[in-house]
Amino acid sequence: MNTTTSPPVEAADRLVRGAVPAPRRRPRSAAPYALLVPAVLVILLGMGYPVYWQIVTSLQEYGLAQQFGQPPEFVGLGNYAELFTSSALWAVVWKSILFCLANAGITVVLGMLFALLMKAASKLPRAVLQVAMLLAWAMPMVAAVTVFKWLFDYRVGVVNWLLVQIGFEDARGFAWLAQPLTFFLVATLVIVWMSVPFVALSLYAALTQVSDEVMEAASLDGANAWHKFWNIVLPTIRPVLAIVLLLQIIWDLRVFAQIRLLQDGGAPVGETNLLGNFIYALGVGEGDFGSAAAVSIFVLLLTIALSWPYVRSLLKEDEA
Amino acid sequence: MTTTTSTRGPVRHRPGTTAATSQPAPRRLRLGTAGASVAAIVVALVWIFPVYWMINTSLLPRTQVQSRTPTFFSLDAGFFNYVRVLDGDSFLNALRMSVVVTLSTVVFVLIFAFLGALAISRFRFRGRTSFIIAMLFIQMLPAEGLFIAQYRMLSSVNLLNSAIGVTVLYTAAVIPFTVWMLRGFVAGVPAELEEAGMVDGLSRTGAFIRITFPLLAPGLVAAGVYAFLQAWNEFTIALVALPSNSAQTLPLWLRGFLNSSASQGVNWGEVMAASTLIAVPVIVFFLIVQGRMTGGLVSGAVKG
Repeated sequence: MNTTTSPPVEAADRLVRGAVPAPRRRPRSAAPYALLVPAVLVILLGMGYPVYWQIVTSLQEYGLAQQFGQPPEFVGLGNYAELFTSSALWAVVWKSILFCLANAGITVVLGMLFALLMKAASKLPRAVLQVAMLLAWAMPMVAAVTVFKWLFDYRVGVVNWLLVQIGFEDARGFAWLAQPLTFFLVATLVIVWMSVPFVALSLYAALTQVSDEVMEAASLDGANAWHKFWNIVLPTIRPVLAIVLLLQIIWDLRVFAQIRLLQDGGAPVGETNLLGNFIYALGVGEGDFGSAAAVSIFVLLLTIALSWPYVRSLLKEDEA
Repeated sequence: MTTTTSTRGPVRHRPGTTAATSQPAPRRLRLGTAGASVAAIVVALVWIFPVYWMINTSLLPRTQVQSRTPTFFSLDAGFFNYVRVLDGDSFLNALRMSVVVTLSTVVFVLIFAFLGALAISRFRFRGRTSFIIAMLFIQMLPAEGLFIAQYRMLSSVNLLNSAIGVTVLYTAAVIPFTVWMLRGFVAGVPAELEEAGMVDGLSRTGAFIRITFPLLAPGLVAAGVYAFLQAWNEFTIALVALPSNSAQTLPLWLRGFLNSSASQGVNWGEVMAASTLIAVPVIVFFLIVQGRMTGGLVSGAVKG
């Protein structure tokens, strides 16, 4: 919608601007700045100040004593040094990265497969699949995690029942969330279930751009399905695929809420914490705000680094 | 995207292909289509199952929910679980909190983001590109990288457990993407239209209100629904900013509702009824704007 209507207008806009050296409307006016004031103020208040606070606090010894009035002591990069030499942090970092890459990978592969299914299926099944995807996409995260906890309930959950029915007697009364490995398996299932629709529908939209004529020509030239996918389909959808994968990686790093909700009710918290949960435990749990702030800064920098290609592609769209 | 129909039909009967090559091709295509159709239906059923299971369980009496053999369909189904969930004050209190926070967020986001979008799409000014880059990066920042500081900030000004504090944080978090989203819509309304109105005697403001604003309505609806979904579903910031039981939003309440019953055996029927109640407004809104969402999907982080 917006992407399809705006380019011609913007192109015309640019032409006009190119011809006239000065900006067309109200040169050097204060108006744009005035219009930005409310948005900028709210962002500075809601996100700018917290970031500033975190930078300052991450350089301080800021624990429980400071909460009771003792002035914080400046320790330079002490918190960072302490954290980044601690095996606890690295264990969480690697676990988070592994979890993130596994989830993003599975999500994108399944999304690609489902997009190809939509493209290949006839009209009605395609619509059915699209509606199913939209329903899963629309589910609020907290509700989705709650439903999965019910599906995987150890006593009367439908998953254990089904597994027993098909012959896995061990599944009777199996507590999925009580062990790290199966805990992360359930977490992956929830996250993949929620994330695949976005990927599938995005890639399906991209697939509709693949030229049928070219595909037909390739068939006549004897290309098999794999060749056609690799040499025609993939190059066409590559930009969308790259962005979707990148977004998925960024989103799968921020799974604090899903993990937190799954931990309620007896999961081994220490072994299942990922980065966000680690920060929460340090800050709200132990009151060690200096270290929590240092890890937060690390997470923010990681996100910014990962977001760079995405932001660049959006900017290109703005200029185009 | 549901409107896009395959062009496979016409291609199959292309006159250019010779009889020899066109004969086997259609059968293979049809077989492939049939297989894909069956697979699509199977995948759809698997994907829809959790939603079905939520609604199904929410309608079952406790004996059937607690039975070791799951009930996939029941003649005893009814809305009793919903009645019990809606009976206490706690759901309605959380609903009130959610509505207040969500609506205030939507209103502030729409006004502030609209003004911001106007600035970046109608004016070229020093710092414009930096502002856009900053917005794009800010919208990617995860709540878990900020929530400790936000918690300290709110507690230092006594705004923990208040709708005001959460609304400020939500508004700040949602504005960057909505500015970006609305920018496209504002740019889509040519300034010449407005200028034509001014030539015809309208004031600048008058031209804006009478001409531009109505054309922007779809964009504002999309941005509003986006803000609604973000605020309504948000859990992470709410968890730190609203620690008191009496100030919970619905996602926090649902978590508490599940955990509080965990000791004496969860009544999953009621929990699923509660989940359904929270999900229904979201699903309705989501389906209304899905075309827009998937249309702009790769041009922005729609759901994060």
